[in-house]
Amino acid sequence: MAEVVATNQTILVVGGGISGMTAAIEAAECGKQVLLVEKSPTLGGRTALLYRYFPKLCHPTCGLEINLRRIKSNRNIRVLTLAEVSAISGKRGAYSATVKIAPRYVNENCTACGACAEAVSAEVLNPYNYGMNKMKAAYLPHAMAYPQRYVLDASLIGTPDADKAKASCKYGAIDLEMQEETIEIKAGAVVWATGWQPYDAAKIQPYGYDRFANVITSLEFERLADPHGPTGGKILRPSDGKEAKNIAFIQCAGSRDENHLRHCSRICCMASLKQTQYVKEAWGAEAKSTVYYIDIRAIDRFEDFYQKVQKDPTVSFLKSKVAKVTQDKSGDVILHGVDTEGYHRYANAHDLAVLAIGMQPSVAGVDIPAEIVADSSGFIESSAADSGFFGAGCATNALDVNRAVQSSTAAALRAIQVINKLARAEA
Amino acid sequence: MADMKTAAYICKGCGIGERVDTAQMAKIATKEGKMHLVREHDFLCSAAGVQTIADDIEKEGVTHAVIAACSRRAKTEAFYFPSVALARANIREGVIWARPDTEEARETTQEMADDYLRMGCGELKKMKLPAGNPDTGHAKRLLVVGGGVSGLTAALEASKTGYQVVLVEKSAKLGGWSAGLYRRMPFREPYAEPQDTGMDELIKAVTGDANIKVITNAVIARTDGAPGRFKVDISVESGPSLTEEVGAIIQATGFSTYDIAKLPELGGGKSANVIDQVTLEKLATEAAGKGQPIRRPSDGGEVKTVVFVQCAGQRDESGKHLAYCSGFCCGASIKQAMYFKDANPAIDTVVIYDDLRVPGNGEDFYRSAQRKGVTFTKGKVSSVVPQGNACEVKFRDLILDEDAAIAAADLVVLATGQVPNSGVNIDIPEEEVAKMEVKPVSILNLTYRQGKDLPQLTQGFTDSHFICFPYETRRTGIYSAGPVRRPMDMVQAAEDATGATLKAIQAIENAELGRAAHPRSGDLSYPIVQLEGCTQCKRCTVECPFGAIDEDEKRYPVFNESRCRRCGTCMGACPVRVISFENYSCDTVGAQIKAVDMPDEFSEKPRILVLACENDAYPALDMAGMEKNCYSAFVRVIPVRCLGSVNTIWITDALNAGFDGIMMMGCKHGDDYQCHFVKGSELAAYRMSKVDDTLKQLSLEAERVVSCEVAITDIARVPQLINDYAAKINEIGMSPLKGFA
Repeated sequence: MAEVVATNQTILVVGGGISGMTAAIEAAECGKQVLLVEKSPTLGGRTALLYRYFPKLCHPTCGLEINLRRIKSNRNIRVLTLAEVSAISGKRGAYSATVKIAPRYVNENCTACGACAEAVSAEVLNPYNYGMNKMKAAYLPHAMAYPQRYVLDASLIGTPDADKAKASCKYGAIDLEMQEETIEIKAGAVVWATGWQPYDAAKIQPYGYDRFANVITSLEFERLADPHGPTGGKILRPSDGKEAKNIAFIQCAGSRDENHLRHCSRICCMASLKQTQYVKEAWGAEAKSTVYYIDIRAIDRFEDFYQKVQKDPTVSFLKSKVAKVTQDKSGDVILHGVDTEGYHRYANAHDLAVLAIGMQPSVAGVDIPAEIVADSSGFIESSAADSGFFGAGCATNALDVNRAVQSSTAAALRAIQVINKLARAEA
Repeated sequence: MADMKTAAYICKGCGIGERVDTAQMAKIATKEGKMHLVREHDFLCSAAGVQTIADDIEKEGVTHAVIAACSRRAKTEAFYFPSVALARANIREGVIWARPDTEEARETTQEMADDYLRMGCGELKKMKLPAGNPDTGHAKRLLVVGGGVSGLTAALEASKTGYQVVLVEKSAKLGGWSAGLYRRMPFREPYAEPQDTGMDELIKAVTGDANIKVITNAVIARTDGAPGRFKVDISVESGPSLTEEVGAIIQATGFSTYDIAKLPELGGGKSANVIDQVTLEKLATEAAGKGQPIRRPSDGGEVKTVVFVQCAGQRDESGKHLAYCSGFCCGASIKQAMYFKDANPAIDTVVIYDDLRVPGNGEDFYRSAQRKGVTFTKGKVSSVVPQGNACEVKFRDLILDEDAAIAAADLVVLATGQVPNSGVNIDIPEEEVAKMEVKPVSILNLTYRQGKDLPQLTQGFTDSHFICFPYETRRTGIYSAGPVRRPMDMVQAAEDATGATLKAIQAIENAELGRAAHPRSGDLSYPIVQLEGCTQCKRCTVECPFGAIDEDEKRYPVFNESRCRRCGTCMGACPVRVISFENYSCDTVGAQIKAVDMPDEFSEKPRILVLACENDAYPALDMAGMEKNCYSAFVRVIPVRCLGSVNTIWITDALNAGFDGIMMMGCKHGDDYQCHFVKGSELAAYRMSKVDDTLKQLSLEAERVVSCEVAITDIARVPQLINDYAAKINEIGMSPLKGFA
């Protein structure tokens, strides 16, 4: 299948979230050839799963639409999905990457008509809603998915459902014989934009994420507010579907903590401030948000947003690192700790607790060249002068979207420098 | 248009063939649409289907094709025919998926499909294949304004990419504030100690680079032109002026420090021992030069206690000082506290803060300071009172919730913020500028009709309004970088400058090829004006969100195409309709409106025109279809580049054609606007407020034309909006204008 022509003039971008897409698009719009490799079946990454951005409360899919249009209209970019770079060798100007492409079981003929999803009955957990609901095992990842092409979950293969899916497709798009492929890609420069993953909330034992249904992460909360989410955009708590109106936001869940992540994840304060506005959007004056924080890091002009939220009567702030969370019989979560402003102990009941979960770089598990240096937290550091390998976005630091895009744009230029130098040498 | 050959392709796939009568559509394309060639296909996006179209283009000489299949957002790779003018009729997401599959819905669904094909044929015949802006520029050099860390980095990165640079610095020396630092914050692991600034090396690299022409003691006297062909007059102190041709500009003019004299309550201007962070850097450098500890400025006495007051004149809600947080100052105070602790651990070093803001690995640096014994106190300083050679610092301790004081601080460092050097705020009217005591001095001195400098977003910063697109200034080819864009530290400034350099280079390359920059990247269409009809009303020159249009001495508009972003706001503004794009014009949309088959007033089938922003409302409608959120069959949707491009003639045309209602769907406007063309949706709302008069003249109800803000996530809301509006139209009845067209 994958006939991929790449040369040492090609920029390989690894990761198809907003950082990788940006690096790819910006380089391509400078006239460079780009190969964009994404591990999941669709571009868009984590930002596609956010309901709104801070501080404007605008929708990430709006920018995604623009970026997708830029990709669709630019022939310099080729996109490989379900593809993972498993090894890279070579040097600046002459890399060779091993790319493993997992079978989609659906080929380019797919029109995204949805007949296969209707035909199958098997369901799998929906990773685009962080497993909070199920989806058909033949699926389009989400409404903004690109490529707009269905996927058969591997668990379907060999079951009668797989045959049903195949039979339902009039366009010969389903190929149950598809196998994993490994291809070698040449590239002159590499941009590594594999993004971030949430810190494993279950490791923060006192918060009981693994024990209490009504303790969820900030990412899961995004899905609860999103009209494409498991509740259709209604903020209902997981244990009993009760309307969650009284919500606790626990800051620094995993961050700024030598037992977990040493660094500050930068985005979580603003994310929680933003999420208090979802609660208000949903329930109006009945909404009650409480932010448990150490420092509110609403940096630069985000300060405006913080001041606006401080004035919001539905939101209150409590300076405290929450010590412990319990859940009572009714399903309410009880937060225990000490209010450091005045040293009062509290045991506050909430319908739902949202952990403002820390950001960890997703750089593990790949045999990347020795020239890439990561710091002790796993973030990629700036490369040596003779390297053609550049980190971008949240793989390099805990960044918000704006700064991740800035970082990716810079990384794209560094990659172009390698290509241009090569072109000048060969001319 | 003798050589126009039109073709319509009707796909039967994805259920279209089962849900609607495509043979009837084919007949419509031939008879009403007057298409030269009409084909139905079972699976048009298949290799065979695509080949059919490609063959027709090659062998039959098709120049214009309408594809009646899925949405224009789908199957873009398959339906990629760059050599022909292409229209898409959205029969899948826009018709069969948006309608219930029932017998009773069949007739109205068919009418919808027929109309979309008619509209596609109508549009197609008015389209031309865009040829690209002929007014290209070929200057490949970059101008960098400002020689601090941002400007130096931009110049060096551009040179490394193979581009020549002219770097203009106002002062005699390169390096800016950064060169005046004793040490910088650490930027890689271990984040524990202050680092050498590295500015000497950076300056040496720039001055030694043959690609970079450095001009110091110089300012920009005049900037004229457009991306690819800027002409910049540079006036040099005590020397002849220069004129340089450049393709793009990076404004890295940095910041000024906030004047501490404005903070008398914090001792600012009242004692030599109350200083700002920049002054402390100077003291630290001088002290290090002498091999001595930092001394008390008033008398050279020993510093035993130093207090850092965070957020001095920042995060201010009173309106007197800076409302924002400058972001870098917590880290800077930590670094400066270390200057003292590293020299002598016995020095009492206190940082009084409200929220300590050290994101990312700054946290390690914070911990390092705590290990060195720096005291961090959460509090709010109420006053700093100088008494002799010491100062009393009074503050509210926010942890103990009580008033507290440091009786005798030898040195008080106020962490004041960055004030951007962004030149003239072009949004302030000239009358008001005339009243100002200190007149703002322009930095770029643009000859643009809309003002001399980059538009400011907020608080004087020239930042982009867009989360996803931090570099989108409203002046194509001019990018700001560093603290003039947003408050930031050195490491961020260097990163920012590198990104801005890419955008500047991209602007140069785009200008050379005559194509648009973001967000319609690569678009080859451009605004064409027929000056014969122009009434010099100046609406286009005033309303262009990107300052692309100037005026000549006779007040005719002068289009600078490579500054243009192709939103069509000028086209929407033009009362005499002399502005158009080759593939998007008053005619292409007008033809769609007029192509709709209008049932008579007794049919009980109203028609509602929806003009939908192609970036948000249209995808929302598509996704509503994908999720089978059905809506009224009475609507006919036309995607528009931006609501700002909507010309009121379309409203008049639609009403005269017998449409019963018109919905305009655009992005949110106001402070947190989401319009990608900045003010398109706002302008549309303003223009539509004037439509009421037209409606009155036609004796029509005001509700016949409505505007609504639609977000891309409104997949459930949009169908509801449509259905509610259809019910409303049903209530007020059919348009009395029906049948008079």
